[in-house]
Amino acid sequence: MTRIHDMGGRYGDGAVKPDAPEEPVFPQEWHGRALALTLAAGALGRWNIDASRHVRECLPPADYARFGYYEKWLGGLANILVAQGIVSADEIAAGRALGPADDSLRNRRLAAEKVVPVLRSGGPSSRPVDTAPRFAIGARVTTHPIAGNQAISGGHTRLPAYAAGKTGTVVLHHGGHVLPDSNAHFGGEAPEHLYSVSFAAGDLWQHAESPADEVCLDLWDSYLTPA
Amino acid sequence: MPHDHHDETDASHPHALLPSEPALRVKALETILVDKGLVDPAALDAIIDYYEHEIGPHIGAGLIARAWVDPDFRKDLLRDADALIDSLGHGGRQGEHVVVVENTPETHNMVVCTLCSCYPWPLLGIPPAWYKSDAYRSRAVREPRAVLAEFGVSLPADTRIRVWDSTAEIRYLVLPMRPDGTDGMSETELAALVTRDSMIGTGLITTGLITTGLITMAGES
Repeated sequence: MTRIHDMGGRYGDGAVKPDAPEEPVFPQEWHGRALALTLAAGALGRWNIDASRHVRECLPPADYARFGYYEKWLGGLANILVAQGIVSADEIAAGRALGPADDSLRNRRLAAEKVVPVLRSGGPSSRPVDTAPRFAIGARVTTHPIAGNQAISGGHTRLPAYAAGKTGTVVLHHGGHVLPDSNAHFGGEAPEHLYSVSFAAGDLWQHAESPADEVCLDLWDSYLTPA
Repeated sequence: MPHDHHDETDASHPHALLPSEPALRVKALETILVDKGLVDPAALDAIIDYYEHEIGPHIGAGLIARAWVDPDFRKDLLRDADALIDSLGHGGRQGEHVVVVENTPETHNMVVCTLCSCYPWPLLGIPPAWYKSDAYRSRAVREPRAVLAEFGVSLPADTRIRVWDSTAEIRYLVLPMRPDGTDGMSETELAALVTRDSMIGTGLITTGLITTGLITMAGES
């Protein structure tokens, strides 16, 4: 059911290696270039943050596992540019443009002087929702039994496998937010109430390190049922 | 049932057509997008400059230090961080919605994103490599105490750890405990003590370090 990116709780990854003091922001020059290129292409407005996450998750597992962070970004960017018809596979193979883009798209090119205002304003995901929240703070809720997109096979979701079918307690209500499961597939923003739900470690793991510790996840209304 | 169109066939993975060397891969994509009139190289430079020089952990550290000295600010930061952060001009991409979580002797907070690498960019800058690593993403939720030990952090058994897995667009910032022995310090001096890792929850600001710092400072003066 799940994809390679859904790795919470997985065994075998070894020790975390804290960075050295004064590690540069971009350890390799191309890291910054890859980040900038991804943001500049995103500013063309042809996809949203959920779609860009999904395209990275759809990298073949073998590539996802061997790629570093910015390599995943580049792989995802190439794939979504082709999927959106902005760049052709022939152009990717040739390593050069085989024709100009449409004027309508060229007109959306991010100008250098707009960079800082665009980065400073961001793109909030909060949206009004007509209905009252179903769950109050303190309510006990159970997550969907399967960590998959409920409408699209292999589609995007933000319910990790380790938290599927588990019961926890609502600790925060964030108001309405865009539903990634819909937005990633250009199915509309379909906003829903978003909650932080706290789970006891002892309820999540077969061999909890410390059962009273907790993991909190942000989960949308449609991921939850009353416990 | 509709199926995801990105899957299964080689033709749907155009990234495989790019050069294998990452630096060349970026260059190839940049060349294509610039030639098509879709990307301005000067905009790329401006984006890199912004993340290298404008934002970083010093912004988050300033908020923490102020929360330590100003009880009203602390209350507002914990109750409605967005309004406060916007009023200070520290909002922006990957930090549109922020929740600040407070460490106490009873509860220690720690932040991860198991599904990707969500992080409060406008407050802490670009996430460090370890935060984006498979090891941190996979283990922080299952064995936070073992992960903390790899950062040299050991918590009492009766301190409850609460790990925040950033699965939505809410970004979490940890408000570390103000260390003892800092009563006479100014907001600026306090901000200099606040580490990036302490605001992710993988570091503590300990009295021991500060004492060493004061002794060093005294020795130099």
